[in-house]
Amino acid sequence: MGTIYTLWIRQLKRYYRSRSRMIGTLGNPLLFLVAFSYGFGPIFQRAGEGTDYITFLAPGIIGISILMTAMASGTDIIWDRQFGFLKETFVAPVSRLQVMFGRTLGGATVAVLQGIVVLFIAMFLGFRFETLLGFFLSLAIMLVSAIAFTAFAIAIASLIEDVQGYQFIMNFLVMPMVFLSGSVFPLNDLPKSVKIIAHFDPLSYSVDGLRSSLAGIAYFDTTLNLIVLGLLTVVFLIFGSWAFSRIRL
Amino acid sequence: MIIIEAKQLVRNFNGLRALDRISFSIEKGEIFGFLGPNGAGKTTTIKILTTLLKPSGGYVHVNGFDPTTQAMEIRKSLGVVFQEPSLDDDLTAYENLDLHGLLYKMPTELRRRRVAEMLMFFELWQRRNDAVKYFSGGMKRRLEIARGLLHHPAILFMDEPTIGLDPQTRNHIWTYLKQLNKEEGITIFFTTHYLEEAEKIASRIAIIDHGRIVAQGTVAEIKKQTKRAETLEEAFLILTGHGMREEALLGVSRNHMNWEKQSGQGL
Ligand SMILES: Nc1ncnc2c1ncn2[C@@H]1O[C@H](COP(=O)(O)OP(=O)(O)O)[C@@H](O)[C@H]1O
Ligand SMILES: [Mg+2]
Repeated sequence: MGTIYTLWIRQLKRYYRSRSRMIGTLGNPLLFLVAFSYGFGPIFQRAGEGTDYITFLAPGIIGISILMTAMASGTDIIWDRQFGFLKETFVAPVSRLQVMFGRTLGGATVAVLQGIVVLFIAMFLGFRFETLLGFFLSLAIMLVSAIAFTAFAIAIASLIEDVQGYQFIMNFLVMPMVFLSGSVFPLNDLPKSVKIIAHFDPLSYSVDGLRSSLAGIAYFDTTLNLIVLGLLTVVFLIFGSWAFSRIRL
Repeated sequence: MIIIEAKQLVRNFNGLRALDRISFSIEKGEIFGFLGPNGAGKTTTIKILTTLLKPSGGYVHVNGFDPTTQAMEIRKSLGVVFQEPSLDDDLTAYENLDLHGLLYKMPTELRRRRVAEMLMFFELWQRRNDAVKYFSGGMKRRLEIARGLLHHPAILFMDEPTIGLDPQTRNHIWTYLKQLNKEEGITIFFTTHYLEEAEKIASRIAIIDHGRIVAQGTVAEIKKQTKRAETLEEAFLILTGHGMREEALLGVSRNHMNWEKQSGQGL
């Protein structure tokens, strides 16, 4: 327990110290938020979706920023492996599993913090969440999604040795995940084949859960969102722990 | 009492035999110098002894335990100074040591006292609240040695610990380590390219080349083995030849990685 806490704190300190990382991972989501809300807002309105575009978009962008911050936790692993700190934790009398959990929770906490920052910026742009209960529910959804995505990122980063390779794979995965998740445009109006694919996109459930809790707009069933996210968390934690335990220095 | 023992230890890396049936045994309280040219297999040996790497064959025991199956038991008794940097650059000197103490489950009081003690001894106390990324190479090296000693390990492994340190600092550190060795009986296993250093410090030496141990014993015994050698350096060159090793190549790849770190951006 102590070890997990120690490494959790370390991730938070690093996040707090590194402004460039903070801004780097917020940059894309904020760009999406501003560009899409001004660019597509009027079109969205005309299409008669029944809500403000910002109300629809903000939860989507929160989901995206959590995903992207989680992916940066993978980059962190690769750096720590190349530049040494991982060795310090691997010769210490602590289990790999604890190291992996500490890092995952640390990375996930950072991702949730980023999600909250995006939420506040969205509110500045006119977004309002419906109920306080919904807000708290959304925090829980952020946390579960963040753990799942961070564990996934750590798994991939554990299997790949260089930063370029990792970033290439992640870009290859993240962009389709973003656009198929219903984060920036509704899934309702998409062709059936795309809708089917969206069901296999983990981000879909995260975004939908956030949207239903914050804005009362749902595509899937709320229980389904929670079950899928919960299952993904378990699966990715197991996958991540397995991959992390295989790292050789 | 034998505290580290290897018998016919082998390690292969896809086709390359990095360690070729090496054997040695080290008594508790010895200062053991492990010497050899670049690429000889020193780091690989240390990685196996410190539980980071599995051997491909042979027998190995550290502090009474088998590193492949009882890693956790062994780790409790180890302090390790790696050849490559392994500090957290974004944390301060104090935080790096404090984190180490937490990983080794040192009680709070003791941890705080030891961190302060080590920072003062290694003359880093004034800079304790600066992020390590702003430290010079020598300061980082000192901090790594301080960290390796923080939790009073029974065995200290140091892979080229004094590289990049000036003679004063080297002298200061070795004097301290010798004292620790005498007073607390800490066992020290180290590698170095400074042969005068090894000659002065080590109670026993093994020389490894191309994954094989080519000589082993006290400095006097090794010199005698080569007959004409006056110094350890001469003996070393007689035993391992004058050909250059992969140093240059390593230098290039390391600089390249540093450059990547600076220009790399998170997703
Ligand atoms: N992970 C690895 N994969 C492949 N070859 C390796 C690996 N680690 C070390 N080697 C090779 O094993 C040999 C011994 O390396 P090493 O133990 O680092 O030497 P030293 O520390 O004595 O300079 C070298 O030829 C090196 O290239
Ligand atoms: Mg080496």
